Amino acid sequence: MDFLPTLWFILIAVLWTGYLFLEGFDLGVGMLMKTFARDEKERRLLLNTVGPVWDGNEVWLITAGGATFAAFPFWYASLFSSLYIPLVFVLLALIFRAVAFEYRGKVHSDIWRRTWDWAIAVGSFVAAFGIGAMLALTTTGLPLNANGDRVGGPFAWFTWYAVLGGLALVGFCLLQAGAFLALKTDGAVRHRARRLVGRWLVPALLPMAAWAIAVALQNGKAFSWALIAAAVLAAAAAWLANRKDREGLSFLSLGAFLVLGSTAIFSATFPVVLPSTLNSAWNLTVTNASSSAYTLGLMTIVAAVGVPLVLAYQAWTYWIFRKRISITHLPDPHDFAPAVGPASATGKGVAAAGGA
Amino acid sequence: MEALDIARWQFGIVTVYHFLMVPLTIGLGALVAILQTTWHRTGREEYLRATKFWGKLFLINFIMGVATGIVQEFQFGMAWSEYSRFVGDVFGAPLAMESLLAFFVESTFLGLWIFGWKRLPAKIHLACLWIAVCGSILSAYFILVANSWMQHPVGVRMVNGHPQMVDAWAVFTNNTALVAFFHTITGALAVAGGFLLGIAWYHLWRRRRDGIDTVDARGHVIVGESATIPGRDKRDHAVWIKSLRIGAVVAMIAFAGSAVSGDLSGKLMFEQQPMKMAAAEAACHDGTSFSVLSVGDLSSRDCSKVVAVMEIPGLLSFLAHNDFTTDIKGVNTLVPEYQAKYGKYLPDDPLYGTRAGQEINYVPVMPVTYWGFRMMIGFGGLAALAAAVALWITRKGTVPQAKWLMRLALFGILAPFGANAAGWIFTEMGRQPFVVAPNPSMSGVDQVFMFTAAAVSPGVSAGEMVFSLASLATVYAVLLVVEVVLLVKYIRGGTVSAMPELAHPGGPGGKDDGGTHPGGEGGGDVLAFAY
Ligand code: HDD
Ligand code: HEM
Ligand code: HEM
Repeated sequence: MDFLPTLWFILIAVLWTGYLFLEGFDLGVGMLMKTFARDEKERRLLLNTVGPVWDGNEVWLITAGGATFAAFPFWYASLFSSLYIPLVFVLLALIFRAVAFEYRGKVHSDIWRRTWDWAIAVGSFVAAFGIGAMLALTTTGLPLNANGDRVGGPFAWFTWYAVLGGLALVGFCLLQAGAFLALKTDGAVRHRARRLVGRWLVPALLPMAAWAIAVALQNGKAFSWALIAAAVLAAAAAWLANRKDREGLSFLSLGAFLVLGSTAIFSATFPVVLPSTLNSAWNLTVTNASSSAYTLGLMTIVAAVGVPLVLAYQAWTYWIFRKRISITHLPDPHDFAPAVGPASATGKGVAAAGGA
Repeated sequence: MEALDIARWQFGIVTVYHFLMVPLTIGLGALVAILQTTWHRTGREEYLRATKFWGKLFLINFIMGVATGIVQEFQFGMAWSEYSRFVGDVFGAPLAMESLLAFFVESTFLGLWIFGWKRLPAKIHLACLWIAVCGSILSAYFILVANSWMQHPVGVRMVNGHPQMVDAWAVFTNNTALVAFFHTITGALAVAGGFLLGIAWYHLWRRRRDGIDTVDARGHVIVGESATIPGRDKRDHAVWIKSLRIGAVVAMIAFAGSAVSGDLSGKLMFEQQPMKMAAAEAACHDGTSFSVLSVGDLSSRDCSKVVAVMEIPGLLSFLAHNDFTTDIKGVNTLVPEYQAKYGKYLPDDPLYGTRAGQEINYVPVMPVTYWGFRMMIGFGGLAALAAAVALWITRKGTVPQAKWLMRLALFGILAPFGANAAGWIFTEMGRQPFVVAPNPSMSGVDQVFMFTAAAVSPGVSAGEMVFSLASLATVYAVLLVVEVVLLVKYIRGGTVSAMPELAHPGGPGGKDDGGTHPGGEGGGDVLAFAY
């Protein structure tokens, strides 16, 4: 087996797992905006728990995409073009979500905030579902022809695996968000978040477990089964830690569940990166989809410098913002009138809550 | 329309749109960092206010750049899969490096800056902004390396019909990329300069109109203070007049820089993409003259209907070679040369769909290249001229009361945006019919090029493309309105919009907002809230 393509397969699996580990909870917090948070203060609390970090987390997705392009152009091209329609929805969802985070607090009006709340909740849900479906399909296969192009029309990708993958990610994100909120907040939100984890742990993780088992059944390796067993143990540990009020431990155990589960899935499919459901001769593998050794070598050097650096300063960010926050910390939004007329001619107020 | 045409429209629309946000992010980010540094150095409050005010506008714009950037990253694979397969070995590397080395830096450190106002020690807080700005500039470098490789492929060898990178140094020091980087950064600074100038002018004008500032007999400003409008004190005047001057100076320097780098870029283009330059000039015949105005049917392919109305003899030679006498090849000479080198007909390959075997049109759409080139230079030049005039008019400390001048200053904000968009449209459409333009200095059968007609995703239907184009265009249009509405609100709010404590001294959040001394870390353990 070629060394560099294998290394890059591992690195891309790491990037995807890193993405899910980090953005998992902020997608989940986004989904909880409409259901879990009970009032305006709680919604703002939720937003501020992920405020400083969500954009940095999203770059993991961009990097996973870019690295796939650089290291496995054929994988990138076939996967992204086959999933054209779902990816359009993912893009729209990510656009709305990003803009909503920044714009929601900028105008002092209920309709304005409610609209952006929906954008965050629906955007987070659609993005998580779509990315989950994409990852599931890259492990279970798409109807590709010899050139790597999808046949069978715009919806040929739609299978039960797509739904399973979508649910797997949505479930995981919601749960991870619960663990994160329990860890990062204080007061009523913290208690409710802990209850959410305790109640929903099993149903929320079930789809991901099913996906891993399905992939392992198809490609059967003892190694993958061992990882799945370890993932189940990690989930049990998360549940216990949550019960014992060890919030940090429960968050990390859920992270371990993800890492073990995704390693099980990626290792089961290796060396195939994208199976063709029409003819296994047309499968994309680490060897026939990869870039040249020269390019992979260059990228290896860049990654060896870049990835540790990113991990270091992102860890530092989490350290800086490590304190728990609660609604009592939130300053009230202020109104201000346009500074361009007499103050009596108050226009529509604009809320500005600190920051720059 | 076929999938190819829709894909091209889509790429053009979403990319030009992304590039409305990008130059403002790059240029304004740098200026905000300079303002905050000046505040640290001098401790003068007007610089703190300016930092917060322009920083707020910067963030409103930044997020749109982020949101639209993700589309950019994904669409190569989604709509241009053949292109991605063809170029992936070289093109993917700068793209991946952009994310890993630039976007992470940009987003992480900007998050620290936004939320770190009193959480971080002042110096580190300032450093975070500078690091984020460097991230933006680095991201521009990497993406321009990728783009310039399509304009001028270097550092590769053909293996099994695909270019393979053999010399990364050549790819990352591609002369086209270095010049384009310089040109794009100066273009971005022109945008930011015009932005500061226009908005500061508006605020100075409002202060005069509201009777706060007046002028003495010799026309010098008498700075006043308003009792009723929050934030309209004497310092407020300093915020705007300083912003205006910084903006005007930056706009002028930026234009000079664009002219120098643009000239270098033009010289490379004569050598690397002669057809693009001929089309930029609507130059049908060989000659030395620069066309000031050509009329007639620029789109006629045989050039028979183009009439040059006004020309400057020798200028075209100067642009290309620094002398006034070398003949520059016109379209009529170049077409047979291109046909001899790259073929007269598209290959009979299923990749080309219904276009297989068709005759290749090597002449880009001339009205677009011709006018695109002129609009870029024209809008940029106008903005620089306006900046010089504005500096002169405001030398006595404020702006005239004339409303039309204020309107013109605000309207002028758009000119550098227009110049940037025109520049890109010219560069990209002038490259047609190639998506990867051949590099004339690489000889033999090894030539690396790709026709746009072969680049689109074969498996994606026209219907899917229509769906994505329609939904993205609609969402983009709505969000543009939202962004502009928000910008206008915050602009009208003045510095108070970014510093509520000016209106509510001691009120909630008053002390929560970063303090007014560069050294002060502020108290409390809780982070500053931004949302
Ligand atoms: C000369 C500069 C330039 C050019 C030509 C482009 N961009 Fe861009 N891009 C930037 C300069 C930039 C930036 C200034 O760095 C942005 C704007 C706002 C931001 O966050 O970063 C950005 C944002 C941005 C993002 C979001 C980053 C984040 O989440 O922080 C992505 C994924 C891309 N871009 C990708 C692209 C691609 C694939 C392009 C080519 C087709 C492209 N950009 C053209
Ligand atoms: C941000 C500034 C940019 C603008 C405004 C811009 C504009 C355009 C436009 C208008 C087109 C359509 C041309 C046509 O179809 O006739 C186009 C095409 C294209 N551009 Fe750019 N572009 C930009 C940057 C880039 C960059 C940085 C890359 C690559 C890294 C790139 C790659 C492409 C590709 C692949 C196409 C599609 C093929 C084609 O239609 O030519 N562009 N661009
Ligand atoms: C005298 C002034 C200028 C000259 C001679 C000039 C020249 C050029 C040339 C020759 C190109 C094409 C490069 C290529 O296709 O390889 C170009 C591209 C471009 N121009 Fe200009 N330009 C000038 C001013 C400006 C100004 C003022 C702006 C913006 C404010 C601007 C923005 C751009 C952009 C964004 C591009 C596309 C990116 C690139 O290829 O570098 N230009 N310019």
